This record gives sequence, C-alpha cells and structure tokens, in this order.
Amino acid sequence: MIPPSEMVTALAGILASGRMSAAILRTLRIVGIALVASIIVGFVLGALLHALPRIRRTVDPLFATYYAIPIYAFYPLFIVLFGLGDVPILIIGFLLAVVAMIISTLNGFDRIPPVLLKTARMYRMRRVRTALRIMMPCAAPYIFTGVKLAVAYSFIGVIGAEFIMSGSGMGYEIAFAYSNFDNQIMYPLIMLVLVLVTIINMVLHSWEKILFERRRRR
Amino acid sequence: MVTRGRDIAVLIVVILLFWQGLHQFTGTGLLTAPLDTFARVLRLLGTPSFWPHLNESASAFLRALAIAVGVGLTVGIVLGAHRLSGEVAEPILVALYSIPKVTLYPVVLLFFGIGMPAKVAFGAIHGVVPISIFAMNAVRNLNPIYLKTAQVLKLGPWATARKILLPAALPEIFTGLRVGFSLTLVGTLIGEMFGSQRGLGHLLMAAIGLYRMDTIMAITLLLVLFASAINSILLVVDHRLHRRV
Repeated sequence: MIPPSEMVTALAGILASGRMSAAILRTLRIVGIALVASIIVGFVLGALLHALPRIRRTVDPLFATYYAIPIYAFYPLFIVLFGLGDVPILIIGFLLAVVAMIISTLNGFDRIPPVLLKTARMYRMRRVRTALRIMMPCAAPYIFTGVKLAVAYSFIGVIGAEFIMSGSGMGYEIAFAYSNFDNQIMYPLIMLVLVLVTIINMVLHSWEKILFERRRRR
Repeated sequence: MVTRGRDIAVLIVVILLFWQGLHQFTGTGLLTAPLDTFARVLRLLGTPSFWPHLNESASAFLRALAIAVGVGLTVGIVLGAHRLSGEVAEPILVALYSIPKVTLYPVVLLFFGIGMPAKVAFGAIHGVVPISIFAMNAVRNLNPIYLKTAQVLKLGPWATARKILLPAALPEIFTGLRVGFSLTLVGTLIGEMFGSQRGLGHLLMAAIGLYRMDTIMAITLLLVLFASAINSILLVVDHRLHRRV
C-alpha cells in the first residue's frame, strides 16, 4: 500500500502523461451512452406502465426482485452473444440503471395529488398540456432521484464489467495493473474512480435536496 | 393474494415465452432453450465435480452474510443511538453505497490473498453498507413516545430493548437485511468472477473460454432462481412486518 500523498502525485503524473486518457474517455463514453439510454427508456417505460395499470400489476413482482438478481451473472452470456467489446459492458450498465429509472418514474407519477389532475380537468386542459404543465413539474423531483440512481448504477455496472473481463477502460486498467503488481498505477486509478464518482454523486445528491426543498416550501 | 399469484404466473409464462422466442430467433446454437437449460441445470446438479464449486460459493456467501449482518447491525444500531456519530457517518455510508466497489477488489486481494478470505471480505463489504444504513435509520426514527412509555412503565434497560425498541425497529432493520442479502450475493459472485479458481463465478468465467453456452445459461439460471426465491420469501416477511406496525 502506498501513502495517499504519493497516490495523488502519481495520479497527477498519469493524467499529465495522457496514457490513460483513452481508457478514461472510453469508460466515460460507455457510461454516458448507458446512462442516456436508461434515462430515456426508463422514463418512457415508466410513463407507459403508469398509464397501463393492468400490465404494471403483472410486472410489479419483477421489479420487486430485480435488484436481488446478480446482474453480473449475465455478463458471460452477453460476452458470448455479442463478443468481447463495448456492447456487453453497455448492456450491463443499462440493465442496472434502467429499472431504477422506471421505478422512480412510476413513483413520481403516483405522487401527483389527485386534486391537481381534477384542476386540469376543470380547466379542460388537453392530455398533452396536462402532462407538460401539471404531471411533469409535479413528478420531476422524484424522476430526478431516478436519474441520480441511474448515474450511480451505470458507473457501477460499466466499471464492474470492465474489471471482470474486457480489453480496455478504467476497470480493465485497474485489473491489469493489479495482475502486474503495478501499485504505482493501480492505487492512483482506484483513487481517480472513487473520487470522480463520489463527486458526481454528491453534486447530484445536493441538487436533489434543493429540488425537494423547493417543493416543500411551496 | 390470488390475483397476485396469477400475476406472477403470467409474468413467468411471458418470460419463458420471450426466452423461447429469442432462442428460435437467434438460431438453435446460440441461445439455449428454456427446457434444455433446465435439463442442463439438473445434469450439472448430478455431476460430482460441480458440487465443490457450489459448496465453495455457498460457504463464501454464508460467511460473508454472517459478517455483513453482525457488523452492519452493530454499526447501524450504535450510529442510530448516537445522534452526532450518525450525522457524521450517514453521508459517508451513502457515498460508499453508490461507488463502484469493484475497484476496491484489488486492494482486498492484496490484503487477503486469492482465495476464500478475499471473496468473503468482498461480499461482506457489499452487504454491510445497506444493513447499517437501514438499521441506523430504524433506530434513529423510533418514536420518542415509545421510550417515554417505557419510562412510565418503569421497564429496565433489557426489557425496554426487548419489548419496545426491537419490535418497533424490526421492520426497517429487516428491509436492510433483505437488501444486504442481495448485495452480499452480488459481491461474493464478483469476487469469484475475478482472480478465483473455484466457485460458481469461476465456473461462469471458465465457460466463456470453452464457449459452453448451455453451462453459462444453466449457472445463471440457478443463481437467478436462488436469488429471486429467497428475495420473494424475504419480501413476504418484510411486508408482513411493515403492516403489523
């Protein structure tokens, strides 16, 4: 174990030399794609399920057990199906994130006070207008919670999959440095991942707090 | 209850049909059909060389779970009882919950060496965080009137803990145990998928090299069935506990 001060200087050296830039950018790109896909798909599916209560009741047990299932167990399957590239990693990140987004979207729409929907009907608002003016603003903070979770989960999924088996990316570089006993690279990279993800999560967490705070004041 | 059972049955049928459809769509060699996969599970369970791996995984998981529950409950209850410590520790625990803990696995491996202890430690790291968060909140959010009641009834500390605190905090603590159970399983499995020579995770990774799709799918199915069966039981207990309060 090398001292933290040394990790920081080594990390600065690695970042300045630019030899990890490709791996870092690749990981961030895959996380970004998985995140955007899971947010869009999760929101659309959540909204659809909210509109179709019969189907929602049927798939509800799936959501209840979803996060109990070790998603990584599917990773070997995806590798054999799609080859050892970006796709299986992307799918793991997406699968881990999308259900959090679906559940949060459902939760957000569930919490719209019925009186607001009645008001919309009194004003004879059209469905699209009701959705844009009443449902979305009202559900937004809860949906944002889903976004926050999706960010955390897509990082966990992508870096985890890269670590277990892949050919590049931050997770791979950490595993590779470990196999070569290269502590001068391994510890700084671990630190980079942990610091980066913690900062992103904390920013989202405080933003979420502000959103809910504003809701309470009204 | 009856409609819920029917919903689950419908869901399972839909998943099986979807799986069979994928199998037909991708061609016979690529994705093993549901029935063949179940047959493969049975054949694996009948193979003597499979059992040491299953035992290895099971014992690693159970040890990790025991550590996660023991440490998690102790940490959570202490943090919940002491307000300042709880307020300091909460953001740290939440941050720990949402980082990719897999990056810490090399450090765990360097500490414990490759083998059983590293897997147990890594599984326990995953499970301990949610268990302590839930236990902390359970103790912290106890209604103060319960404690006053205990004082009025002149209950001793032991009786207070057993008759009042435990029943009041149990539902929330149990939810933490349920989440901790799943995450411990994930952690143990990741521990086996990287740098391990034994266990189900290792078998899964080894099957990629051998291109044994049926083995991969059979082990994945086994894990999914195990995880969702236990989780469903825990969910039922969880709902019951929450309804009682």
